[in-house]
Amino acid sequence: MDNTQTLLGLLGTGPSYGYDLKHGYDRFFGAEKPLAFGQVYATLARLLRDGLIDLLGEQPGGGPDRKRYEITELGRARVATWMFTPDAPEPLLQRNLFAKTVIALLLGDDAGRLLDGQRAEHMKRLRELTAAKRGADLIKVLVCDHAMFHIEADLRWIDLTSARLTELRAQVAGA
Amino acid sequence: MRMQLHEPAGPLLSGRDLRVAFGGTEALRGVNIDIHAGEIVAVMGPSGSGKSTLLHVLAGVLKPDTGSVTYNKVEITALNEAARSALRLSDFGFVFQFGQLLPDLTAIDNVTIPLMLSGVKRRDALRQAATWLDRLGLNGHGDKLPGELSGGQAQRVAIARALVTAPQVVFADEPTGSLDSLAAENVMVTLTELARATGTTVVIITHDPRTASYADREVIVRDGRITAGQSAEALRL
Repeated sequence: MDNTQTLLGLLGTGPSYGYDLKHGYDRFFGAEKPLAFGQVYATLARLLRDGLIDLLGEQPGGGPDRKRYEITELGRARVATWMFTPDAPEPLLQRNLFAKTVIALLLGDDAGRLLDGQRAEHMKRLRELTAAKRGADLIKVLVCDHAMFHIEADLRWIDLTSARLTELRAQVAGA
Repeated sequence: MRMQLHEPAGPLLSGRDLRVAFGGTEALRGVNIDIHAGEIVAVMGPSGSGKSTLLHVLAGVLKPDTGSVTYNKVEITALNEAARSALRLSDFGFVFQFGQLLPDLTAIDNVTIPLMLSGVKRRDALRQAATWLDRLGLNGHGDKLPGELSGGQAQRVAIARALVTAPQVVFADEPTGSLDSLAAENVMVTLTELARATGTTVVIITHDPRTASYADREVIVRDGRITAGQSAEALRL
């Protein structure tokens, strides 16, 4: 899962402090592994350096939590590119895809479109594996089958999530 | 009589703004689709999405409430039932989920049916049917009744029946839906290899990604609309 893009996406919902961003992240994505404060501030410093966020204000004498950040147009474009660029099918893809889906819903963007894009990428890989099995020996066939079953599991998750987007949108909005 | 195929200057089969309602339920809500000659296209979608209705409309089995289907430059939605029936017999082949073989006829007799309906003499029909059963690895099974065949064998008989008239387009509705993984794989390998070897266009309705992966591309139907995977050509309309 790409924590940098995810934090940037969360900042796309409105200006925020590092402290609030960390808790926003943990609410959606940190059930198993909450984000460390240090990682949040290091990420924000990188995003600021790269022009993807702006510093709105800083209270003198305050700690890092007193800094308020806002996403820039460049940052919004970066989030959109991240969301709508399908990932290469691989194990444990779902955390990143889940993050993209939630961020798209939080930003009022088209989560269905990004899931369709990812489905197409998975189907492309499935077709490649099916083609690779043609005329191959049994060892290679079984290796391809193993990869195909993982892709099918992802596809089932994509289909189920697509079917539940309305419900998920409501849940995310109320979180 | 089979339609003379025109040189490909566009899609072989097109649907435009297809709408179908059953009572108050809209099964298709403005579908545009293009399928080119020789393509193998998977139509995917959840249960009740409208994908089987789309197949029936494209194959001329069902007339849409509005919209048009054009096959080989002929608007088949403008044809009467008799003409559409003749077209289905001459140009289209069908494979269904459960094979739908006639249970009281042997495998070989099942394969001869579309030939004999087209006016082929029984002896010639039997010879052609035997050739197709051989191609599908069913040598020695011709005299068996469908009930004596495994699911995979019965589905291969159904494929032989669909291909024996050398159709331009084969419509397959969940062709692997009743089979285990290995039998499903054998059926899809058989169907797609024969289709590619003969240049036959295939439209496969399936909810199964692995079955769809034998196609050249897939389109996704959801709530009566194509939501992904459609050609840019059709989406521009």
